[in-house]
Amino acid sequence: MSRPLISRKPGRVALPPTFLFLAGVFVAAWVLVSLFGRGQFLSAANITNIFIRSVALGIVALGQSFTILGGSIDLSVAHLISVTAVMSSFIMQGDSANIARAVAVVVAIGLGVGLLNGLIITKLRVNALIATLGTGLFMQGLLSTSFQNFAGAVAPEFEVFAYGTWGPVPIPVVVLLIVAAIGMLVMHRTRFGAHLYAVGGNSEVARLSGLRTDRVLIGAHIIASLSAVLTGLFIAARLGAGAPWVGQDGVYDLESIAAVVVGGTALAGGRGGVLGTLAGVLIFSIMDAMFNQLGTGAFLKQVFRGFIIIAAVASYSFRSKEEVS
Amino acid sequence: MNDAHPTTAQEPTRGAAGRRWWEVLRRLPPIFVVLLAICVWISFLNPRFATVPGIMSFLMRAAPAAILAAGQLFVIVSGGFDLSVGSLITLVVLGSSMLIGGDPANTWWVIAVMFLIGMAVGVFNGAVTSWLRVPSFITTLGMLVTLKGFALLWTGGAPRGFLPNNFRVFGRNRVTGIPGLEEVPYAVIILLVVAVAAGYLLHRTGWGKQLIALGDNPRAARLSGVPTARVRIGAFIASSTSAVIAGILLGGFSGVSTNVGDGQELSAISATVLGGAKLLGGRGTMAGAIAGALTLQALFTLLNLLGWPKPLRDGLQGLIIIGAVAYTAWRERRS
Repeated sequence: MSRPLISRKPGRVALPPTFLFLAGVFVAAWVLVSLFGRGQFLSAANITNIFIRSVALGIVALGQSFTILGGSIDLSVAHLISVTAVMSSFIMQGDSANIARAVAVVVAIGLGVGLLNGLIITKLRVNALIATLGTGLFMQGLLSTSFQNFAGAVAPEFEVFAYGTWGPVPIPVVVLLIVAAIGMLVMHRTRFGAHLYAVGGNSEVARLSGLRTDRVLIGAHIIASLSAVLTGLFIAARLGAGAPWVGQDGVYDLESIAAVVVGGTALAGGRGGVLGTLAGVLIFSIMDAMFNQLGTGAFLKQVFRGFIIIAAVASYSFRSKEEVS
Repeated sequence: MNDAHPTTAQEPTRGAAGRRWWEVLRRLPPIFVVLLAICVWISFLNPRFATVPGIMSFLMRAAPAAILAAGQLFVIVSGGFDLSVGSLITLVVLGSSMLIGGDPANTWWVIAVMFLIGMAVGVFNGAVTSWLRVPSFITTLGMLVTLKGFALLWTGGAPRGFLPNNFRVFGRNRVTGIPGLEEVPYAVIILLVVAVAAGYLLHRTGWGKQLIALGDNPRAARLSGVPTARVRIGAFIASSTSAVIAGILLGGFSGVSTNVGDGQELSAISATVLGGAKLLGGRGTMAGAIAGALTLQALFTLLNLLGWPKPLRDGLQGLIIIGAVAYTAWRERRS
C-alpha cells in the first residue's frame, strides 16, 4: 500500500478505502434484497435496524482499533463484556438508585483490566495474544465460578440506553456515534493518538525517538477495556440482565478484531483508523440485514461472513510486495 | 519416574539413547520439569495414575490436543497462526456423521474425504496468506467463521446422526495383546506416530529448517532462495491434517456434538508457547509443543483431583500461560 490510509494532515481525515467496500456491499445488498428479498431495503426502519445491530460490536471494535493500531491485540474483551454485563445487573438489582454504583464498579474493573493487560504486555514482555488470552480466561473462570445464570436485573431507567429514542434516532445509535467521534478525536487530534501511530508503525524507532512506548500501549489497552465495558453495559440494558456467557456468545473478541482489520487497520499496527472500523462493523450489519431479508439461515450467513473478512483484507493487501505470515 | 517416560520417548531430537538420565534432564526445557512435577503430584493423589494403564488413559485423553499442538507448531514457527483448526475439528466430526449416515461401510472413504477437506483448507489458508498477502491470523480467522458455519449449515445447527463403531474405534478403543503393555489405546499409537513424523519433518528435513528460517526473518529467507509460498502452504497443510486427525479421535472419544472444536485453536497455540515456541516465528521444538499440550491436560487432571470446578481450572490455565511466557521472556532478557 503506497497510499496512506489516513492523511496525517492535522484535522483532515480522508475516507479509508474500506468505504468503497462498504458502498459495494450496500449496493449489492440493496439490489439482492430488491430482486429476491421481502420488504424494503432502503427504508428508514431497516437503516435504523442496521445501525442498532452495529452498536454492541461497534463500540468494542472502536476500542479494539486502538490496540491493533498500536501493534497489540486484545482477546480479553469478550470476557470483560460478560463480566460487565453480569456485575452491572447484579449490583443494580433492578433499582435505579444503584445505577451510579454499578457503572462506577464496572468502569473501575475495566480500568483495572486494561491496566493489567498493558502492564503484562509491556513490563513482563508477554506477547499480547497470550497475555490477553490469559487474563480473559482468568476473568471468565472467576465469573463462571461465581455466576451460573442471569444475575440480578438492570434498572428500568437503565434500559433507555438500549431502547430509548432521541427524536427519531435510537439512543444506542447516538451513543455509538458519540463513541466514534471521541475515538476519532483521540486518535487524530491528540498527542496520544499520534504517538500510538508511531508505536504501531515501529515500536523500536518510537522508543529511540524518546516516546514512552509502554505508556502509550497501556493507554490503548485501557481504551479497549473501557469500550468493552460500555458494550457490556449496552448488552445488559438490552437483555435486562447479564449472564456469564453473553460476551463469548457474541464472539466479540474475534469479531471485533475482524471488524477492525476489515476496516483497513493493519494487523501489524501503524496504519488505519477508527473511521474504517465503523465501516467494517457496518459491513457486517448490512450483510446480516441482507441475509435476514433474503431469508437465508444464520449458518449460510456465517459461511459468507468468513469469506468477506478474507476478501475485504485481501482487496487492499494483494498488491503489497511484503512477505506476511 | 515412570511418568517421565512417555514424553521422553517421543523426543526425537535428543542424542544417543545411552545418555544418562540426569544429563538429559538437565538439558530439558523447563516445560518437561513442570510436566514431571505435575505428574508426580497427580500420582501422589491418585497412585493409579502412575501405572501403565493410568498413563495410557491419560495419554489417550491428551492425544487430540497434543496432535493439534504438533500441527499448529509448523505454522507458529513459520511466523503465522492457524485459528481455523477448532472449526475444522467440528466440521470433521459433524461431516463424518452426515456422510457416513449410519452405515459402517462408508467409514473408510469418509475418512479419506475428511483428509482431502483438511488438505484443501490448508492449501487455501497458505495460498491466501502467501499470494494475497492476507495475514494468516485473518485468513484463518475467516476460515474459523466459515468452516463452523458450513458444518452447522450441513447439519442444520444440531448434532445429527451418529458415528459407527469402526469410526469411533480410533478415539476410544485399545489394541490388546501387546507384550509388556497389555493394551494400548489406538489414540496413543497415533499420537506416537504423529509425534515422531512431525518431529522428523520439523527438525530433520530441509523443509523444516526453511520453515524456521521463514519465521525468523521472512525477507532474509526469501532472498536466500526459500520458496516461501510453497514452504508456508506446507505448514498449513500439516496443521489442517493434524486437525483432521484430532477430529477423528475426538469424534471417537466423545461422539457427535456441535461445539467439539470450540476453543481448541487457542489451546493448541498456548501449548506450543508453553513448550517454548516463539509467537511470530523462528523458534520452537516439537517435543516442547507436545509436552506443552500434555502439561495442560495434566494440569486439568490435577485440578480435577483437587476438586476445582471447571471454570476455575480454565481461569488458572490463563494465569499459567501468562506466567510461563513471562518467565521465558525474563530468562531471555537475563541471558
